[in-house]
Amino acid sequence: MNHGLWNLKVRVDGEIVVESIPVLGYLHRGVEKLCEKRDYNQIIPLMDRLCYVSSLTWAHAYCISVEEMMELEIPDRAKYLRVIALELQRVASHLMWLAAFAPDLGMFSAYLYSMREREHFLDMLQWLTGARMNQNYPRIGGVRNDMPADFPDRCIKELDYFEKKLEQYKQLFDDNKLFRMRTMGVGVLSKEDAVDLGVTGPALRGSNCPIDMRTHDPYEVYDELDWEVQVEKEGDVFSRYAVRMGEMRESCRIIRDAFKKIPDGTVRVKAPLRPTGQGFRRTEDSRGEALIYVVGQGEESPYRLKIRSPIFAIMRALPVMLKDTSVADLLSIMGSVDICIGDTDK
Amino acid sequence: MSSWINLYNISYAIGEFLMGIVAAILNFFGQWIGPLSDLADWLMSVNVLNLVAIFIGGAAMLVFVSIVNLFIIMWIERKMYGRIHDRRGIMLPGPWKKTHKGTGFLQNLADGMKLLQKELITPKNADKWMFDIAPAIIATTSILVFVAIPFSETFYVANINGGLIFILAILAIAPFAVVLAGWSSNNKFTLIGGMRGAALMLSYEIPLILSVIGVILLSGSLNPIEIVHAQQQTSILGIENWYIIPLFPAVIVFMVALFAELERLPFDLPEAEAELVEGWLTEYSGMRFGLVFVAKWVRTYAGAALITILFLGGWSGPVLPGELWFIIKSYIVFVIIVWATWSFPRSRIDQIVRIGWNWLIPIAIISIVIAAAFKWVGWF
Repeated sequence: MNHGLWNLKVRVDGEIVVESIPVLGYLHRGVEKLCEKRDYNQIIPLMDRLCYVSSLTWAHAYCISVEEMMELEIPDRAKYLRVIALELQRVASHLMWLAAFAPDLGMFSAYLYSMREREHFLDMLQWLTGARMNQNYPRIGGVRNDMPADFPDRCIKELDYFEKKLEQYKQLFDDNKLFRMRTMGVGVLSKEDAVDLGVTGPALRGSNCPIDMRTHDPYEVYDELDWEVQVEKEGDVFSRYAVRMGEMRESCRIIRDAFKKIPDGTVRVKAPLRPTGQGFRRTEDSRGEALIYVVGQGEESPYRLKIRSPIFAIMRALPVMLKDTSVADLLSIMGSVDICIGDTDK
Repeated sequence: MSSWINLYNISYAIGEFLMGIVAAILNFFGQWIGPLSDLADWLMSVNVLNLVAIFIGGAAMLVFVSIVNLFIIMWIERKMYGRIHDRRGIMLPGPWKKTHKGTGFLQNLADGMKLLQKELITPKNADKWMFDIAPAIIATTSILVFVAIPFSETFYVANINGGLIFILAILAIAPFAVVLAGWSSNNKFTLIGGMRGAALMLSYEIPLILSVIGVILLSGSLNPIEIVHAQQQTSILGIENWYIIPLFPAVIVFMVALFAELERLPFDLPEAEAELVEGWLTEYSGMRFGLVFVAKWVRTYAGAALITILFLGGWSGPVLPGELWFIIKSYIVFVIIVWATWSFPRSRIDQIVRIGWNWLIPIAIISIVIAAAFKWVGWF
């Protein structure tokens, strides 16, 4: 099986998968090494390009780790703005996942629907950050710019629209017998396997393990907002799907709540140029735990930067999920973990 | 419609006119060459004119089915699923507006022209003879179905007594060609696709035919025209009682089995493009691909027409002429088929076979029992 950016070598017995080996590394760009030659602010756009679907969360993961290293406290307004931007990006990313997942099952209509919805979220991100993709929005010590004055109203209007559409998707997917037949009981990943293999994100929460870095190790202002972690019990493709759909709904709740609670103030503080120390902060990317470990030794650029990609770990769990399934289910299982090679190959 | 205006009489008149011209020319030369006037006499004899009329009628039918109707069907499907996708669908090539609000009615013609220009590639290791013949079998059998499908009491090619059996038999030939194409392409994806086609055929031909038995029981005939007559004759409170009312389970079974028979989306496993590239069609290019694709549309329309005849009272309806009613009904069925196609995910092969054997066959048998009960009580 070839995805374009990675290979899955599959040994089949008739149509039953006996063995599968993911082959990675075709998109390796040496980002970690590149970071050692750039100064701290120059790295933010690089991090944006780690994952082309969920770029803001990666730039944020980097910024928050560097702030940890500098022991920098950022303004509250910046924290709220970050949360809003992150959740917009999370919904856009999940919609992109839905757009990739549905055609794997043969639902080409759903691809166009979710791309249409994603467009609204990209619009919102554009109003906030000025760019649809690769926003380059978080900064070390805050965010680049404050939001426009009419941004909350326009955003809430779009969210109303989107929540109405989510109900429609419930009819299109959840109430669809064929969809349930295709996804339920397929690609089961048990809780033990998921924990042992280092699976994180929606795939872990789909396996009945309520660990979300936003509540488990709260960063920014997630603990002040009103929302719930989405957990499903079965660990199959449908659970992972349901977790993501629930997260989209929760993200809308977070954004609404953040608009209510956002304080006034500045959005950025000055950061030191040549920090020393090491920073490490766990953040919840759209796909799982995105960790960036930075070591600074008083120079313009970091001494070492290590990226921990969630999908890289989930790739190891793929052979477990794929064992003894049919070739037809291979695609839906691969689709259900939301593979993004940009950050996996680094 | 008055009885003398029917397809046969019109084509007989056209045939008489054309043969008259030929005979006049032959008679003119017959002044010098004797046998030519004998030939002209033979050409104008009733038997030959009958044959010519049948040819012309058949040709008219085929022109309608395979060109006019086909374009409308393809246009409906493409426009319809464009709208389902929240797109505009095809819009540029067309006889009316050439803007982005146009109809795009001739898009399929343009696509056909494009396919005609493309190279016909035969894989090196393919079984060439079988590879060539498979699309031809599919295309010809698909069009042949319409020989036995009457569009009204007078608009048909052939009034066969066992017409229903003929239709079902001809529809069942194409899956063999699918297996043939899958095997002869010598490619693992096509082979899997072809084998899936065979599995589908095994599990769906049976419910398809079982669901028709109820209709045969109630109408007491295998002739499509007689079946429609039977539906017109039974009435409750003055409303014609179409078989969709007593045999509703059978309609469901027939519809589902038809999706598998037509390889449409919930059951399009033989060409599941996410898993098998393009399934058994992978190696076909150019107009061979186009033929198969068009044949699929023809078969879909044949299925819609069959549902109209068997369950929806065929051409019966008030005010409008019968042919128009038939077309309206069959297009509505076709639209429902398209609608269902584009809102379901693809099923899995084991699930499909399980649905076929565990659900459709029992439901079909229940519908037969219902039909028998109705017949015994004497309501129909």
